[in-house]
Amino acid sequence: MRTSEIIGDSPADQKDPRWHIRVRGLTKSFGPHLVLKDVDLDLERGKVNVILGASGAGKSVLIKHFMCLLRPDKGHIYVDGTDVLSLSPKQLSLFRRKFGLVFQFAALFDSLTVEENCAFPLKEHTKKSTSEIRDVVNDKLVALGLDGTQKKYPGELSGGMRKRVGLARALVLEPEILMYDEPTTGLDPLATRNVDEMILDTCQRYNVTSVVISHDMASVFRIADRIAMLHDKKILEAGPAAMIAKSQQPFVYDFLHASGVSAIDGGRTPDSSHAAGHGGSIDKLGGDPT
Amino acid sequence: MSEAPPPPPPGETKPGMGVSEVSHTKRKVPQPYLQAAAPEKKVTVPGALWQGVKDTGAPVQRFLDMFGGHMIMMAKSLAWLPRRPYRPKNYLEAAEYIGFGSLPIVLLVGFFTGAVMSLQSIFAFKAFDLESFSGGVTAKAIASELGPVLTSLMLSGRAGAGIATELGTMRISEQIDALESMAVNPLQYLVLPRLVAATIVTPILGLLFFCIGMGGAWLVAIILYDVPQGQWVANLRNITAPIDVVQGMIKCAFFGFMVTLIGCYQGFNAQGGGRGVGIGTTRAVVLGSVSTLILDYFLSDILLSIFGSGRGG
Repeated sequence: MRTSEIIGDSPADQKDPRWHIRVRGLTKSFGPHLVLKDVDLDLERGKVNVILGASGAGKSVLIKHFMCLLRPDKGHIYVDGTDVLSLSPKQLSLFRRKFGLVFQFAALFDSLTVEENCAFPLKEHTKKSTSEIRDVVNDKLVALGLDGTQKKYPGELSGGMRKRVGLARALVLEPEILMYDEPTTGLDPLATRNVDEMILDTCQRYNVTSVVISHDMASVFRIADRIAMLHDKKILEAGPAAMIAKSQQPFVYDFLHASGVSAIDGGRTPDSSHAAGHGGSIDKLGGDPT
Repeated sequence: MSEAPPPPPPGETKPGMGVSEVSHTKRKVPQPYLQAAAPEKKVTVPGALWQGVKDTGAPVQRFLDMFGGHMIMMAKSLAWLPRRPYRPKNYLEAAEYIGFGSLPIVLLVGFFTGAVMSLQSIFAFKAFDLESFSGGVTAKAIASELGPVLTSLMLSGRAGAGIATELGTMRISEQIDALESMAVNPLQYLVLPRLVAATIVTPILGLLFFCIGMGGAWLVAIILYDVPQGQWVANLRNITAPIDVVQGMIKCAFFGFMVTLIGCYQGFNAQGGGRGVGIGTTRAVVLGSVSTLILDYFLSDILLSIFGSGRGG
């Protein structure tokens, strides 16, 4: 089954600027286990795209294909109209810098300080001097309300702060696409709201395309511009958040309502400003940064 | 229990109700998506026999799987050796951890190994009034066997386990995935420096083991048991040659490489949380130690056929 909003499949269509990432016919299996089958998906530029699905549905596997951390058995992935599977290893290394990946538990290097963690991608991929790197890192940390944590180790930070350091690390190379792997799993409601606001604010401030994988319904409808439902190895339904909220598809309906949420408010309207009505900037997020 | 009210038709939502409003009404969640239980398979005699054969062969398959995994990791890591960026800091840090960090335990074990070896051989040779041979025997044993093997066992228990735990923790906390997502190859960044560093520093550790071991042997023989020093040194030179020490150092290079590779592999492939890291660490120590003793036999065979048994002179 194709997604509900495929515009076309010709090479010219793959370059449609509206779509940042387009996936066509992606099939992936690990040994005898088929994880994804003929997945088609479009992710909109500059918007928050949420990929929804049950635990173990293959969401993480899917987003790892976007940056070619995994190669599909079959199918194509177009990023900015380029088929990523045709890239040479050298081009791939450059291509991956378009992406920032924020992990579920931040995945910070625990032997490095916050500052060194954030400086890591810059040291690896740029020729910036130490002082330039320090300036860039400090800018990002201050913007995310983390000033004063530079010399701390990840083990000394709270879960929410670690996530923000993870985001700062993902942002230092100024990626075009930010991917969040279950950003709100395991957080309390207030921290969840803070992370949601962080995602929205980052999306707006840095004009990045955000890809969020999640199964936290309350959070999803706070942040999503578009939602794709991954189930039974393929995309069951995809479209604007409001459309998915009113889906007639039985599984989507059950999934949205099984969490106990009695009514979905239709998600964010496509034209609503990211920050407006969502608690303002990240600088005001809860949690003591020091 | 009364029947739960039917769910509202899809798409009909009350305006104004937000996602935070949670329904407290118990509803029957339809579950048409659960797979039906698989029908029970009929057991036949040939089927059961084949299953038995497969089960018997499973450990062999697992061993080959693991062996192949180690070989692939080694080849993939070494393929990164000539490629930029070189990151000398990672190599130095690995050398510091594996080499300098293991030095105290290696020296301690070395000293007492030499001392006890000397003590035993003095008592063994006493019956023939040949105590002065104890130095040569001790040197030969330490240089070609005890030194490399015990150094490798110490390394397995300390560096092998440490590496497996560190990489295992990095694996389960997604730090290795994070490296990959930042376009940094984890084999080049984490594994290769450790392999190279271990191959270089383990022979040095082995040499120091030999030196301190002979110090212990000298102390016991000359100071404690009054063995004549001139004869002791002369016999040592007659029995042990520098090539024995070189053979030991060559063994050490292989052992260090292997023990580190096993530690890296077990850490890299850890899964399932803390328990998985624990299993990986245990395996790193056990496999590292057992492989050391097995490889020692084959290496001794090869080295003896190449260099022969060194004669002092």
